[in-house]
Amino acid sequence: MNRRLLRQALPFISLAVVLIATFIVQPRTMSYFGLNLMLQYAVPIALATIAQMFIITVNDLDLSIGPFVGLVSCIGATLLLDNPALGIGALAVLIAAYGAVGALVHLRNLPSIVVTLGLSFVWLGIAVLILPSPGGKAPVWLKAIMSVQIPVVPFPIVAAVVIGVVVHLALMMSSYGVIARGAGGNPKALTRAGWSMLRTKIIMYMLAGFFGVLSGLSLLGLTTAGDAHVADRYTLYSIAGVILGGGEFIGGRVSPMGAVVGALTLALAGSFLIFLKISPDWQIGAQGAILIIVLALRALVTYGEQKR
Amino acid sequence: MSSDSIRLDGVEKSFGAVRALAGVDLHVAAGECLGLVGHNGAGKSTLMHVLSGNLTPSAGELSVGGAKITGNWTAAAAQASGIRCVFQELSLCPNLSVAENVRIVHRSLKGLGWKKRASDLIRAKLDEIFPGHGISPEDEIADLAIGKRQMAEIARAFTVTDGPLRLVILDEPTSSLDAVTAEQLLAYVKTETARGTSVILISHLLGEILSTSDRIVVMKDGKTVAERKARDFSRNSLVAAMGSEAHERRQATAKILGTDVPVLVKARPKTGGSTALEARKGEVIGLTGLAGHGQTRMLLQIYSRDHADVKGAISFIAGDRQSDGIFNLWSIGRNITIRSLKALRKGGLIDLAAEEKLAEDWKTRMAIRTPDVNNNILTLSGGNQQKALFARALGSDAAIILMDDPMRGVDIGTKQEVYAMIRAQADEGRTFIWYTTEIDELSHCDRAYVFRNGEITASLGHDDLTEEKVLQASFAETAA
Repeated sequence: MNRRLLRQALPFISLAVVLIATFIVQPRTMSYFGLNLMLQYAVPIALATIAQMFIITVNDLDLSIGPFVGLVSCIGATLLLDNPALGIGALAVLIAAYGAVGALVHLRNLPSIVVTLGLSFVWLGIAVLILPSPGGKAPVWLKAIMSVQIPVVPFPIVAAVVIGVVVHLALMMSSYGVIARGAGGNPKALTRAGWSMLRTKIIMYMLAGFFGVLSGLSLLGLTTAGDAHVADRYTLYSIAGVILGGGEFIGGRVSPMGAVVGALTLALAGSFLIFLKISPDWQIGAQGAILIIVLALRALVTYGEQKR
Repeated sequence: MSSDSIRLDGVEKSFGAVRALAGVDLHVAAGECLGLVGHNGAGKSTLMHVLSGNLTPSAGELSVGGAKITGNWTAAAAQASGIRCVFQELSLCPNLSVAENVRIVHRSLKGLGWKKRASDLIRAKLDEIFPGHGISPEDEIADLAIGKRQMAEIARAFTVTDGPLRLVILDEPTSSLDAVTAEQLLAYVKTETARGTSVILISHLLGEILSTSDRIVVMKDGKTVAERKARDFSRNSLVAAMGSEAHERRQATAKILGTDVPVLVKARPKTGGSTALEARKGEVIGLTGLAGHGQTRMLLQIYSRDHADVKGAISFIAGDRQSDGIFNLWSIGRNITIRSLKALRKGGLIDLAAEEKLAEDWKTRMAIRTPDVNNNILTLSGGNQQKALFARALGSDAAIILMDDPMRGVDIGTKQEVYAMIRAQADEGRTFIWYTTEIDELSHCDRAYVFRNGEITASLGHDDLTEEKVLQASFAETAA
């Protein structure tokens, strides 16, 4: 039982370790301003991670979330700025498209990896058509939201906690969240109980699309200009965040709080590596190493659990 | 009969050229327990799936509570009409808790406080059916042993929220339950039918069918071939009606081994106790006691040679076919040969001709019913899949075969064939260590060890392997 607790605590422990290491290397980050600066990009990453988590919950994988977030940022910096109604309409169409992908994957029994890998180029293509080179401008209200100053606790931390708690309530506590996770655990059992797998998948994919849109908009609020390639790394970040947070690729085992913490850890790890003066060329590799260490620890804990 | 709970008239179902149901007429009265028997492949499972709305019949009529079903018969419609099913391969979500699994079948469990209501519901039902069950509604299914999972699923089927509970179909409900919990369930079935709920009981254990059912229907080749009050059937007449050529034959005497026969396995359970298990060449050793008291762990300990003195190659036959046994994307042949690939190598590569020969050879020896070993393993019925797992072990070079309750949900005809095969192989010098939840099966063992709380509490010789003595040993207080 203790080991299970340990396993659930692992994402939080990892975050604490990276945080403490950062404080030691660069004590000046241990301040309201420092944390704010270091963690601001954690918000869009956390939202993309949650989007990915909805897909992983139903045993699929979304390889298109990064370019999708980029596309949203391009739409936000152009359409949404010039014609808010049209912009919102376009984002709604994107979410509906995600639902359609879910339906396609389920009905044709296609591997989601292949479908979303193909889609990633579609998203990127549309984004480049809209905004051939980085540019445009973020709507004022978006910038305002992303630069909110909250007393005592930095905004990114508050935002991360809110995202985590809301999704936790919806997915882990609510009666419909049970159906969503059950769809990942044993789809057959769900069908036998009279639930529609098609509907469940469409809803989960649309939720992923919705959080992808939120991620793109929040990123735009920070960068203030649109860029088709701005979030290319998010695909891997989001998958890594879910897994770091204690989720598993199949079986409907996910943890929203863990996923958010995983996203924070990845964002922090980036800053930490910069403070260590590791060249950006090596950063991806170093982040990969952090990921491997955490997963190895988890495997050790799980191994002990099974041996018991 | 006026109070029909459910009625089928001329129901047919075909899968391509295979006619799984060839015109079934069946009715169950309110408050009746109907026993349904037949060989694997007789059409019982298809019938269940039709009743539960998971399969739409190709022809025929279905009426529930006297009203003919005209619209679409779906799983949701069946649920709404109060028809519940406990499937042989369990229908629980392993990543969810017991209470959350209850929510999945009850649409009305929502809104604030649904979890508490679901917990209370399942706790009360578990307490009622299986007193002393030791399952908490918060337990995650994946953490429960297979027997407890089955208990949770059975209890879930009997829970009632807003809709009526009309009919519960139990498919091999006792296959993973030990003798005591099985008894508790069968007693509960009688209580529940007295309250007006109908139950269809499907089982290969004729004893429980005869003792629990009011009426028994025998199926064969997709049709009902016999139907009588349970008291008008006897074990023999039932077997005869099923058309089984096999007869229960008790092995008369145990093998007498000379002192020169080598001991191949010697292991003391890591989980406790001072008694060690010992198996000599050519012996069939039974492991018994209440389910989940350390028998499987003992097998795994021997398999991993962990604090166990083992001389010879080992092969393991899993009982939980779906999760531990078959590779469900592979052909029957590959499922058989996987254990022997090392021996089938020729110059670093697998000798395909030898592999094919091994598969064909064991298909014939185990009488696996398939036209072609290259068919996918899932084209076989459950019993034949299990035969393929036996073929995997027996076709290998293993001197010691470990069996983890391998006969779950296997029909009598198949069982008899496999028992004979085990005996023949033991006579040729193979050693079998056999965990079984069916006391009848111990009659095929030379000796048996009784487990309790992870310890070996008794070692019984062949002549002591009666239900009474085994149960006595299962419950006996262990001497400190």
